Amino acid sequence: MTLMRAATDNRVPGIDGDCGGNCACATCHVYVDAAWSDRAGVRTASEREMLNMVPELKDNSRLACQVTLDDNLNGMVVALPESQH
Amino acid sequence: MKPAITAVNTPESTTQIAAARARVAALDLSQLNPADPQGFVDDTVGYVFERLRHEDPVHRSHSPVPGIDSYWSITRYQDIMQVDTRPDIYSSESGITLMDFPPGDDQQLKMFIAMDPPKHDEQRRAVNPIVAPANLKNWHDLIRERTCRVLDTLPRNETFDWVDKVSIELTTYMLATLFDFPLDDRRLLTYWSDISTANKLTNPDAPEPEVRMAELRKMLSYFTRLWNERVNVAPRSDLVSMLAHGPATRNMGPLEYMGNLVLLIVGGNDTTRNSMTGGLLALDNNPQEMAKLRANPTLIESMVSEIIRWQTPLAYMRRTALADTELGGKQIGKDDKLAMWYLSGNRDESAIAEPDRFIIDRAKPRQHLSFGFGIHRCVGNRLAELQLKILWEEILRRFEVIEVMGEPIRVRSSFVRGFSKLPVRIRC
Ligand code: HEM
Ligand code: FES
Repeated sequence: MTLMRAATDNRVPGIDGDCGGNCACATCHVYVDAAWSDRAGVRTASEREMLNMVPELKDNSRLACQVTLDDNLNGMVVALPESQH
Repeated sequence: MKPAITAVNTPESTTQIAAARARVAALDLSQLNPADPQGFVDDTVGYVFERLRHEDPVHRSHSPVPGIDSYWSITRYQDIMQVDTRPDIYSSESGITLMDFPPGDDQQLKMFIAMDPPKHDEQRRAVNPIVAPANLKNWHDLIRERTCRVLDTLPRNETFDWVDKVSIELTTYMLATLFDFPLDDRRLLTYWSDISTANKLTNPDAPEPEVRMAELRKMLSYFTRLWNERVNVAPRSDLVSMLAHGPATRNMGPLEYMGNLVLLIVGGNDTTRNSMTGGLLALDNNPQEMAKLRANPTLIESMVSEIIRWQTPLAYMRRTALADTELGGKQIGKDDKLAMWYLSGNRDESAIAEPDRFIIDRAKPRQHLSFGFGIHRCVGNRLAELQLKILWEEILRRFEVIEVMGEPIRVRSSFVRGFSKLPVRIRC
């Protein structure tokens, strides 16, 4: 289960997931809270490429479809960029 | 038995569909050439794709047209996704349509849709904010006002051409709005859009390269005037002002400025226009969906995505292999051309449930291929959706019945999938 899937399954507004998690649309852009960033892992190569294109890139930007949820991430806090509000 | 692609009140009866399918089924696989524009004029290319998806999803196709020659047809959703997300293997630098430009024609404009990283990324980042959702709010009211103005002047109880009076008129109006371009000159935008995509190989009537370049220089000088007017006053929300003031774009050279302008004009022109026509036709062909919409106008948003899937205004994008590679069990050679047939991927039952039906409230309506995927995914996708959403909101508010009065005339192109005429009547 990815963070994107968890969000879209629960109809969280602002995460559209147009590409179904193929890391190919960047509509699942999130900012991972500093306390969680290590546990959320690092960006993949294709993720870096897609993030290149987003309007409000920050150091803690991730694509939610590339973040796999497990027990370690229980309670993780993420924020949405302005453009996805 | 599959459901018929078109519904009850279209001229295509079930027997004609069966006949078209049988015609395609009788051909040898090697003869299947979906880039033949005839299949778009008579809207039968869907049967070619249906067969390819099942029998030869990555298909070596041959076109008798010089300049197209041999190319690979990629027809399944997942294979298209695979190609679109690997710009390191499948390049855009050699162009995005199958037709190569005539040898010696170096007049092709350089636009980032036909570039690879890193150049693509730099240029795209510069124009990206222009259509970012936060900026769309600025245009919301203007788009609505102009949509209302166009709809309010339409004839009642008489037959007129929806393409000319609504789709072209609104698209050009909206482009003029985005550029804050003098409204009286707005059809110049359509003209420049047509000129910039003209290619002598496909269209013998296209202007000579010198003539074409001269016209584009006129466009550049027009837009340079607008730039100069705006660069010295406070930033505003139109595209020209944004380009003139944006840190990444304010030092662009003239050719780069022209490339970006043309890309935005062309990108927003045929595509949105044909979604406006295609949507009306789809609803007319599917009265039960029209009834659903009237009963529940909050379906407009998901309907807009479904219209864009259904229409697929750009039937494919081309890529060129940078190295020998393998795709779907086929050996792709370096320099081979590939067409990612979005139109076929959008009808792939392994990715989309009941793909041959137009369903305005389907699950996951946004997961279609019409905007492409990966680093070239359409910059203007939210803007296009906004325009269509406002159009349908205002149509529902005004008109009870819009009847399609005759056959649509389809554009002779395997790239732009669209209409040149659709006779309709507003009854009231
Ligand atoms: C329904 C309407 C539209 C459709 C179906 C559409 C479709 C597409 C497609 C298929 C691509 C290429 C994607 C790829 O190669 O993966 C694209 C790119 C692009 N579109 Fe659109 N488009 C539409 C509206 C617009 C509008 C309104 C604008 C301008 C405001 C626009 C501007 C662009 C630009 C600039 C690119 C190049 C992106 C890049 O190469 O990074 N499009 N569009
Ligand atoms: S869902 Fe498309 S990039 Fe994450």
